[in-house]
Amino acid sequence: MSVLELRAVSKVYGEGPAQVQALRGVSLAVEAGALVAVMGPSGSGKSTLLTIAGSLEDPTSGEVLVGGSALAGMSRNERARLRRRSIGYVFQDFNLLAGLTAAENVALPLELDGVGAGKARTAGLAALAELGLADRAARFPDELSGGERQRVAIARAVVGERRLLLADEPSGALDSVNGEAVIRLVRAACQRGVAGVIVTHDAQLASWADRVVFLRDGRVADQTAPPNPESLLAPGPRP
Amino acid sequence: MSVRHALLALLSEGPKYGLQLREEFEARTGEVWPLNVGQVYTTLQRLERDGLVESDGAGEDGPQRGFRITPGGAEELTGWLRTPPDLASPPRDELVIKVLVALRVPGTDVADVIQVHRRYVVELMQQWTRIKEDGAPDDLGLALAVDAELFRLDSVIRWLDAADARVRRVAADPPGAAAGGAAAPAPASLPRLRRKAGVRR
Repeated sequence: MSVLELRAVSKVYGEGPAQVQALRGVSLAVEAGALVAVMGPSGSGKSTLLTIAGSLEDPTSGEVLVGGSALAGMSRNERARLRRRSIGYVFQDFNLLAGLTAAENVALPLELDGVGAGKARTAGLAALAELGLADRAARFPDELSGGERQRVAIARAVVGERRLLLADEPSGALDSVNGEAVIRLVRAACQRGVAGVIVTHDAQLASWADRVVFLRDGRVADQTAPPNPESLLAPGPRP
Repeated sequence: MSVRHALLALLSEGPKYGLQLREEFEARTGEVWPLNVGQVYTTLQRLERDGLVESDGAGEDGPQRGFRITPGGAEELTGWLRTPPDLASPPRDELVIKVLVALRVPGTDVADVIQVHRRYVVELMQQWTRIKEDGAPDDLGLALAVDAELFRLDSVIRWLDAADARVRRVAADPPGAAAGGAAAPAPASLPRLRRKAGVRR
């Protein structure tokens, strides 16, 4: 079963002459353990796709299913619980709360979900340790480097029992080596069974995905075949 | 890729046998550049002829023959490391030519042609990335060699993206449209490319 499924999703903003069709009948399924990258030029609908997949916005038509359940059939409370419990978000600008330490930032979604403070803290520390940030747990965001802040954001996105990780340009303004460290963490989360979707215009970042989907004018224009590294190391003339 | 200088570099660490040189060459480049044993021996013979390496066991070929670098070879190696490769003359880029030609062929969807190449290059990048991901964390040679391929391919994607955006812009707002003309942007660009491509080596 797909963790995320979009069925013929369309999204229209505005009305009349100012109307913008951001998505036009997009269908996409992401299995547990898979990482899918969505590429496309500015205005192709990448970010809209991500906010709709994360139930932060409703489609104008079509269906979104997370863990097999249609979002349209859920009450506001059920959707809010799903967002807190099952979906992790990573944004380009990290979105960490400045007044909370790294550990508190990571534990926050669990606490909002009603998990006791002690238990949430333990889970938060475990997620930080997994990302090599155990010794940064008590630091505030402005005491961390850009790379560390993004790792905290990823820890917060994968803490607890999250099944779906949604990331918008997750390596943001990081240099290529720090950016690679971030995407390796996303890959590691996927290898533990999380379904991941990253939206990016960076082909190097997208090349970590199992599948790259190309959006154009709100439609899925194309997608890559599964990678086969063996073909590159085969003897014979090189490309 | 200069096999000659790569072999000199390996010999700068100390004397080695031919077979050992081949194995070490492949290991250092993350096995990204395969090398056959004949290539190793031919190159060693030339290096010896030029006085850049010396061998023991004169006259006999084979795996037991050891090689060492000469002072002349060490000097050649130091000079090569600091000599920039030829990046100045633009290569005759087949992909650029295909996209330029696509602009001129009636009924061709240029965006579609661009996407075919974009997908292919991204697939290549996925394969290289998988090789890097599967490599040992301490295999610096592999990471560097794969990064070089990824940056090269990434520049191709960026060019394709820019080409796509330019073609779209021109299609949305054709030059000369206001004057009633149907001038395409391509005629000026092809002859120029031909001239430029012609000066390559």
